[in-house]
Amino acid sequence: MNYAQYIPLLLALPLLSFAILGIWGRKSLKKSSGIIGTMVLLILTIISIAVATHYFFIGEKLNNGYQTIFALNIPWLDFGYKNLSIDIGLLLDPISVMMLVVITVVSLMVHIFSLGYMKGEERYPTYFAFLSLFTFSMLGLVLSANIFQMYIFWELVGVSSYLLIGFYFTQPKAVAAAKKAFIVTRFADLGFLIGILMLGIQAETFDFLTLIERLTNAESTAYINMQATSFLGISALTWALSLVFVGGAGKSAMFPLHIWLPDAMEGPTPVSALIHAATMVVAGVFLVARLFPIFHFNHTALNLVAWTGALSALFAAVIACTQTDIKRVLAYSTMSQIGYMMFALGVSGYGGESGLGYTASLFHLFTHAFFKSLLFLGAGIIIHAIHSNDLKDMGGLRHALPVTHLTFLIACLAIAGVPPLSGFFSKEEILLAAWEGNRMIFTIGLLTAGLTAFYMFRLYFLIFWNRPATKVISKEAPASMKIPLIILAAISLVAGFIPFSQLVTTDQQPFKSSFHVLFSIAPLLLVIAGIFTAMHLYKNQGEKAAHLAQWFGKFYQGALHKFYIDEVYLFITRNIIYKIIGSPAARFDKQVVDGGVNGLGNGTRFIAEKIKALQNGRVQSYLLVFLGGILILSFIFIGWNKI
Amino acid sequence: MNYLQEILVISTALFFIGIYGLLTRRNIIAILMSVELMLNSVNINFVAFNKYLYPNSLDGIFFAIFIITIAAAEVALAIAIVINLYRNHDSVDIDSTTLLKY
Amino acid sequence: MDTSKIIFYLLGGFILGMALLAVTEKKIFRSAIWLLFALIGIAGLYFWMALEFIAAVQIIVYVGGIVVLIIFSVFLTHQAEDDMPKTGLSRKIAAGLAVISGAAFTIQLFLNNDFNLSAIPFDSDVARIGTAMLETGTGGYLLPFEAVSMLLLAAMVGCIVIAIRPEKSEKNDSENPPSFSNPPTRNPEPVEGILN
Repeated sequence: MNYAQYIPLLLALPLLSFAILGIWGRKSLKKSSGIIGTMVLLILTIISIAVATHYFFIGEKLNNGYQTIFALNIPWLDFGYKNLSIDIGLLLDPISVMMLVVITVVSLMVHIFSLGYMKGEERYPTYFAFLSLFTFSMLGLVLSANIFQMYIFWELVGVSSYLLIGFYFTQPKAVAAAKKAFIVTRFADLGFLIGILMLGIQAETFDFLTLIERLTNAESTAYINMQATSFLGISALTWALSLVFVGGAGKSAMFPLHIWLPDAMEGPTPVSALIHAATMVVAGVFLVARLFPIFHFNHTALNLVAWTGALSALFAAVIACTQTDIKRVLAYSTMSQIGYMMFALGVSGYGGESGLGYTASLFHLFTHAFFKSLLFLGAGIIIHAIHSNDLKDMGGLRHALPVTHLTFLIACLAIAGVPPLSGFFSKEEILLAAWEGNRMIFTIGLLTAGLTAFYMFRLYFLIFWNRPATKVISKEAPASMKIPLIILAAISLVAGFIPFSQLVTTDQQPFKSSFHVLFSIAPLLLVIAGIFTAMHLYKNQGEKAAHLAQWFGKFYQGALHKFYIDEVYLFITRNIIYKIIGSPAARFDKQVVDGGVNGLGNGTRFIAEKIKALQNGRVQSYLLVFLGGILILSFIFIGWNKI
Repeated sequence: MNYLQEILVISTALFFIGIYGLLTRRNIIAILMSVELMLNSVNINFVAFNKYLYPNSLDGIFFAIFIITIAAAEVALAIAIVINLYRNHDSVDIDSTTLLKY
Repeated sequence: MDTSKIIFYLLGGFILGMALLAVTEKKIFRSAIWLLFALIGIAGLYFWMALEFIAAVQIIVYVGGIVVLIIFSVFLTHQAEDDMPKTGLSRKIAAGLAVISGAAFTIQLFLNNDFNLSAIPFDSDVARIGTAMLETGTGGYLLPFEAVSMLLLAAMVGCIVIAIRPEKSEKNDSENPPSFSNPPTRNPEPVEGILN
């Protein structure tokens, strides 16, 4: 396929844009850096859509399924140990092509939005440079053919996220949030790295396809070895997969590594839309999907994935019901939806119809990217208009911001799962897969669906209804900020009708998915109940919400304080890690290591001072030393034999 | 121990006494005097060896004569230098001439 | 134990005693006098060894010339009455140790050596010395003689050049420049007289 030649362009162009905007942006390209960034992304989007069209619809199918294409495969670092090597490889298969479309379209929308949102910002070119860097890293991540290369891009994505969250680095909260995000994800990546090494060494390869091939074959030596060795009663394969999942959980803000995501909202809102809604946070889901065949062979790890996802979904939904900062609500909503994607993967089978969970998870990833980024961009416009993030300052804005109102409503309906919008289809498939897989997780998913509808519409009503109109400080946004909203809303309306099961499946064979009307009744009822509860409580001003909160009492307080998880982490880091490990280590470093090196220097200087005293300019001293030397030499050469 | 060895003992002792004076004294002129002692001890050595070991030739005596001559010239020059030093530094203490140090 | 030996021991003791006094005396003038006696003692030793010519040269040149020169310089640098500055004990001990060990080593070196003494008596007739001094060929010392005379000329000229007082118009503080350490000295007036 000759279109595969254009794939390296997908990586080269954003990298080049980052370099150019980074080096010359502040000096010469101030005004045009936004246009350059957006143009680059437009090209990337066109290439991605073209590639997707070719791949899914025009290209030939292998065994009636989609074939994997290597756009590039260059050996790079050879470890010289068990044939392990890190190659540079670009891989095209259904999930990576789908991700290409998601990433480039959402990134393009965010770029267009940022043209208006970040106008007048001093570091405007730097912002677009960082966005290009992020796009490059994320595209590299999904195109990697090699798990170590994916790790490299994984870290690059973390760096871009850090740079963008801490974009307003003069505010201490932003700096702290950036640090927190980076450290928590880095800590999770430790697990990821150990998992990579375990898998790599046992399977003697880092390449995805070979890895999967060796570890899913029950007769291969790699698989037998990994199942046989066990540590603390758990087989090595389970450890490896769980550790890899820990890395994914960190990036995807699963419980308990979710603490960075709400704080990451300190960054500019378009950044939140791009990174913390649509693309970076789904990297964990993508990782599990990539390694899904191996996960399928190991039920323990798969259960871990499922339950983590389900619990995160419920946990986040409960907290989101109580938060008052618009971006925090959306952050917890993101965590909850990613929980959905995770547990959908967790309950999935493999091969054809039983791989419904896999397909549903990736379908939800696809639709969620669009309506969540739409929600964030809308929130950005609202924040821009009110100059405040807090829900207490908002209300009755439906006349002041009409376009935002309409698109926000569409997005809320989508995320709640109201037909015929896209969210309904993806969520319904997830719940179907859960029903077939694990009934308890199904119940959790159902409950969370209701809660999702409730808190999203709570948000909607509190912003656009609830009060007579609050004062709008800035007028309605410029066209550059409205166009992305409209496009994303349109996609959210129609994306549900894409026959995803024909395109993305566990074994690359398409299957027909059916639509169960009866099954959808229960979730739909809960959704409508949630919407109406929210309307009842929040559409008009009143004390009903406050009464309900008081009725829940301690539970409400706990949810409002995010169940004190941050405090637990702070306790552990301050009292245990800092006092017991950090301080002694620092003291050791300062006194023993530094002291040793300084002592070496001081000792040398001390000896030098003593030696310096030999050259005191006094001839008599010189003569004395001379005489002493002669005596010693004569003693050695003449006297030694005589004695 | 024959006469030669006894004479050598004396001259060696004289030489090392001169060295002691050379190393210990702070006055430049006193150092010069110590150097004179050392030169004299060498003279004794030369003539003693000549007399007791090689009486056929006169080499030792001539060495001694020339050493005396040259020592005289050297002392004269050294005194001239000391005078010059005294004029510049107002002191003949050897510890005041320590300019060539670190 | 014949007279010769006794005289020899007396002479040796005298020389060494005077030398020791010369290097340890605190007043410089006295030190010069002790040196004078030591040199006379050495001349006496030469006389005992029946080398009259060398003894005479020693007295004339060393005692009568060099010690006198030293005493002149003592007067010229205005130190005739002061005590000399003291040296530190550590310096003395170090020097003493070095000297004693050196002396011990050297003495035992030649005490253990068997010198084959010649039985021929030594004839140091002055005529023989004079003839040899002006001879060319083996055993002749004409060339060193002439060279030494050139050396003496150079030394004389050099002394005058080094010690000549610079003219007053060139520098204005050549008499009393700052001294670089603190030895106990007096501030002298410029010396007029002997070497100007």
